[in-house]
Amino acid sequence: MPQRTRIVRPVSHSLSPPRPAAGLAGIRLSQRAPLAWAIPGIVLCLLFHYVAVVAGAWYAFTDWNGLSAPSFIGLANFVEILGNRNALGALVNTLLLASVFVVGCNVVGLGLAIGLHRTLRSRFALRSLFFAPVVMSPLAVAYIWQFILDARGPLNAMLGNLGLRSLQKVWLGDPNIALWSVCLVMIWQFSGLCMAFYLAGLQSIPVELDEAASVDGATASRRFWRITFPLLAPAATVSISMTTILGLRAFDQVMALTRGGPGFASETLATAIFKETFVNGRFGYGAAFALILTVLILLVSAVQLAVLRAREKRL
Amino acid sequence: MESTRYRPLAAVREVLFILLALVWCIPFYYLAIVAVKPDMEVFTAPMSFPSTIVLGNFAEAWRGTGGVGLGEALLNSVIVTVGTVSLLIFLGSLTAYVIARNTQRIGGLLYVFFVVGIILPYQMAIVPLFSSLRSLGLVGNQIGMIVLFTGLLLPMAVFLYAGFMRALPHDYEEAAQVDGAGRGKIFFRIVFPLLRPVTATVAIMTGMIVWNDFFLQLIFLNGSSAQTLPVAMYGFVGEFTARWNMVFAAVCISIAPILAFYLFAQRRFMQGFTGGIKS
Repeated sequence: MPQRTRIVRPVSHSLSPPRPAAGLAGIRLSQRAPLAWAIPGIVLCLLFHYVAVVAGAWYAFTDWNGLSAPSFIGLANFVEILGNRNALGALVNTLLLASVFVVGCNVVGLGLAIGLHRTLRSRFALRSLFFAPVVMSPLAVAYIWQFILDARGPLNAMLGNLGLRSLQKVWLGDPNIALWSVCLVMIWQFSGLCMAFYLAGLQSIPVELDEAASVDGATASRRFWRITFPLLAPAATVSISMTTILGLRAFDQVMALTRGGPGFASETLATAIFKETFVNGRFGYGAAFALILTVLILLVSAVQLAVLRAREKRL
Repeated sequence: MESTRYRPLAAVREVLFILLALVWCIPFYYLAIVAVKPDMEVFTAPMSFPSTIVLGNFAEAWRGTGGVGLGEALLNSVIVTVGTVSLLIFLGSLTAYVIARNTQRIGGLLYVFFVVGIILPYQMAIVPLFSSLRSLGLVGNQIGMIVLFTGLLLPMAVFLYAGFMRALPHDYEEAAQVDGAGRGKIFFRIVFPLLRPVTATVAIMTGMIVWNDFFLQLIFLNGSSAQTLPVAMYGFVGEFTARWNMVFAAVCISIAPILAFYLFAQRRFMQGFTGGIKS
């Protein structure tokens, strides 16, 4: 079976000019696949992405309740968000959660990738195991952890058995801890994803580089920091961007573990969108949250991509 | 590959990683034992093995309570996932074929059009999509869910297919054309079968996203009779608070299909995510 590497090789000869416009039979290539065949796909993409996003952005400036006709109210929704401590809290929580999640996931994932790259005999089995949570439903994962983190659950029981009673916490019910418990669960689930990205990066580094440096007498740590780490830059770019989006969008885990509570202690922008729009029926106000999240994702991704790509070039 | 020899240090590393993996697996251990525990033992002995194995938990979870049972929810999830993936394979491959085989400028522009569609965050689109699908009577049923997922995931399918097709030689199509095959026949009989590897990737990636999604299914199906697994499970936990054995039996039922697929095609799952890095 052809390998998937064929897909990613940047071959685009069909688009570049030198390709003759006529096939063997003298029929033009573009006629073999008439544009009309793409119309259903184009219409779907246009409606579900372009039109819907523009319409959603427009609702953010209205007082729409989902039923009566929306009326334009300018920036009132955003002013309300800025003046509401809980709403601002959701923004801050989203940023905190995403930052710690990205760092945690990438550090753990990089560690796993380096450990499981070569040498170990059990590496294939272990890779599959660490990656398994990635394919599972975040909701299901969150429920497993809700039990583990329950005040009467196994984590506290284990701490008690080890004589560490002082470390026992109400992991999901303490406003100072709840957000970090959610973060821990997300790191457990997605470290395997970062591992896969870094493994793909490691596999693209030629062994000869490492060997040459080794022959020249470079120590293992020196080889890692001077050769491997810089060459992992493209993998890091993908891994960091991907986890950032996952972190900023955090919804399932929060809803399942804490429903944004206690109070608003672990509310994120995504849960705020859901609650304001579909629980409180404030479609316009919810859309304002969505616009903030959208701008945040685009802004952070753009800055990150610029910085990481510049880093790739420098290294 | 085997340039690094297996030294004693590696053995130590091997043991450490296996220990770490065991710790990493603790949640799976709890999932397995709590799902078959009797009610009384869930919290009295959270870490221990069940005294008797209660498979009845699965039967009870399967029937559910009052609302939709898990059996019905599982069927709904299968319908939505299979429907969406089939439509995506059909529309995605056809659209990408046009893009990849178009030598004029419009081919390149269409490609960009779909790539931008991937980048535009769907959160912003939810409110308008919800209200328009509601007015079309497509909220709260499987067809609406299939339409929604197809629309949202189409750019990704087109992107994956187009990347593959651009690297696909034209020779087969040209030979078929010489033999007098029509356009439809060339695509469905010659090109489509050649796309098998990327079709597998598209099916795995989009199937997994649809199966695991909770946000959209909660919004579009909550309280309806077409509840899928994640929505049913969410309601289920609300009703069965404190009956963790019941909840875990439900969790097992919901992740079993995807884990089975994963065991069967691990490499494809990983490559589906990391395909972009290797170039």
